[in-house]
Amino acid sequence: MLLPALVLLLAFTHWPIVSTLVDSFFSTPKGARASVWVGLDNYAVMVADPVFWKAMRNNLWFAGVTIPLSISLALVMALWVNERMLGRAFLRMAYFTPTVLPMIAVANIWLFFYTPQYGLLEQISAALGLPSHNWLGSPSTALGAVTLVAVWKEAGFFMIFYLAALQSQNPSLREAAAIEGASRWTFFWRVQWPLLMPTTVFVLVNAFINGFRMVDHLFVLTRGGPDNASTLLLFYLYEVGFSFWDTAYAAAITVVLVSILVGMALLQFFVLDRKVHYQ
Amino acid sequence: MKRQTFLQLTTTHLIAACALLTGATGKLHAQTPVEVQFFYPVAVGGPITKTIDDFAAAFTKEHPAIKVTPIYAGSYQESIVKALTAHKSGTPPVTSVLLSTDMFTLIDEDAVVPFDNFVKTPQDKAWLGSFYPAFMQNSQAGGKTWGIPFQRSTVVMYWNKDLFKQAGLDPHQAPATWAELKAAATKLTQKDASGKVSTWGVQIPSSGFPYWLFQTLSTTNGALLANEAGTAVKFDDPKVIEALQYWVDLGKAGIHPPGVVEWGTTPKDFFEKKAAIIFTTTGNLTNIKKNAKFDFGVGMIPGNVRKGSPTGGGNFYIFKKSSPAQQQAAFEFIQWITQPERAAQWSIDTGYVAVSQAAYNTPSLKAYGKDFPAALVARDQLPASVAELSTHDNQRVTKALNDGLQAALTGNKSPAQAMKEAQMEADRILRAYK
Repeated sequence: MLLPALVLLLAFTHWPIVSTLVDSFFSTPKGARASVWVGLDNYAVMVADPVFWKAMRNNLWFAGVTIPLSISLALVMALWVNERMLGRAFLRMAYFTPTVLPMIAVANIWLFFYTPQYGLLEQISAALGLPSHNWLGSPSTALGAVTLVAVWKEAGFFMIFYLAALQSQNPSLREAAAIEGASRWTFFWRVQWPLLMPTTVFVLVNAFINGFRMVDHLFVLTRGGPDNASTLLLFYLYEVGFSFWDTAYAAAITVVLVSILVGMALLQFFVLDRKVHYQ
Repeated sequence: MKRQTFLQLTTTHLIAACALLTGATGKLHAQTPVEVQFFYPVAVGGPITKTIDDFAAAFTKEHPAIKVTPIYAGSYQESIVKALTAHKSGTPPVTSVLLSTDMFTLIDEDAVVPFDNFVKTPQDKAWLGSFYPAFMQNSQAGGKTWGIPFQRSTVVMYWNKDLFKQAGLDPHQAPATWAELKAAATKLTQKDASGKVSTWGVQIPSSGFPYWLFQTLSTTNGALLANEAGTAVKFDDPKVIEALQYWVDLGKAGIHPPGVVEWGTTPKDFFEKKAAIIFTTTGNLTNIKKNAKFDFGVGMIPGNVRKGSPTGGGNFYIFKKSSPAQQQAAFEFIQWITQPERAAQWSIDTGYVAVSQAAYNTPSLKAYGKDFPAALVARDQLPASVAELSTHDNQRVTKALNDGLQAALTGNKSPAQAMKEAQMEADRILRAYK
């Protein structure tokens, strides 16, 4: 039963990783010119490529903001919609909606939120008497603007995992805490949060992967501009591979991206996982 | 249970589909027509797919020995990704519509064949000579013709006549020079009590592919960005820097929005009266005609030392790795679809510029132009039009320019510095092709 899955995994995941690594040591074949062994040349180009470093810095910033922000928002939302209250189902659905919507469609909506002069953001800031701002068109705010869309998209998705975990917690814990006279904060910090740790690790892994994988909205919102201010690694990788057709250099960038992700996954599985208390 | 029913249903459908397919191929073998796979992108609104399908069906009816199969391939970018990937795997489409600027990329990948191989009779030669020279600039290299113009466009200026009246300007007289444009934009810019701009005088978008819009300024300032062979660029030409300075100065004067202006929302800005004059493609004509709730004008790009605007859009290419019979069949199809009557119909249906003078002489397009003169502006601008920036390793060179333009527009670099750096980067990339 496991054989088909293994074949798929080997054919579409493991083999491509190996062949990418091999490709990254060759030059890009072009027309009649076949590819030749160039050793570490593609990596030397990468080290000297300012756009690559810009994309790397941007991506670290992007991941560094989206991961903690989306996870904490998800937790707050999950705790809130876990309570008994009016319109709970509606609220849960509202929080989950961003996850269901396709990213490209969502980005088109956000494009108009950010539009100068009559966009939603502008209307709010105008009502408050703040000056007009071109959010996606200035280098200082473009990256922040695309990060916000990612947080908005991610938080609802992670909320579902937290909510499921909260729902499966034994209600007698809450009753016991109430009898003991524990405050809400104490109950959360001493009981709920530790029990949520496995979920947090799972969410963290996902958040990290998405921090390097979510670039769909860039195609609509900024295309990495202005002047590479909002370009991310995967977006740049796509550009190098399928706009510039420099497949060998793209392979080298892929190797770096995969190493980052694998490194983080290993760190999470072997270090973080040990500190987590599973029931 | 549910799952089983689902599976059963799927299987039945699959079997039915397979049966249909075998039936279809069986028929094909009986008549053995040459099959021509044809990739096409959709880059503007409207029922493009239907028009293309109708063309293909009509052609096959007239030529039973050839079966044209149109395949929608996404945006321009997606189409070239698909076509080149298919080429690399050995089974490209026989023909495809791709950006005219991708010509050098396709030549360098050894993916396409020149049309000269198929042009034999005097009629063929007359047909090849019938296209507007402005469109052929992006279709020829090294003395050969690699692309045939099909869905081509150019940048024009749209202006809001109501706002012109309000500002005390003649609504029927569009600014014709840089100086007039700046003067008109200054009058058209409206500010509220707090000094915040509610309407910008002029707006030239700069997201995604700013180089194309920038060519309206560099061309009118008398500069050409690249040589015909696509091996050298002149981004640091003083005339180019001056053109960029003009663009940056419009922003500094407070009559053009600051920073990078989004291409996608520019028509909407025009409808919302947030911009009185905009530069955008002729391809937006039908969209603006439908959505502008005010009287608008369409005009040529204002000139400085000369008139001009870049062309844009897509050409037909024939791929190398298809059989000679297929290539010949594709050639016949391309020749058929670019005949004046069909080019005229294509132009009316889509808003693209018809590719030959003969198309504008057809009764249908003449009548359309009389009814809607704005549709003829692009044609009238063609004699002054120049090739869209295209070089070897095109997208990379273009990106160097785009980054420089955006850096200057957002005030991160001076126009001179930005263009010098773009030039250095482009020189480095193009070194291999000299």
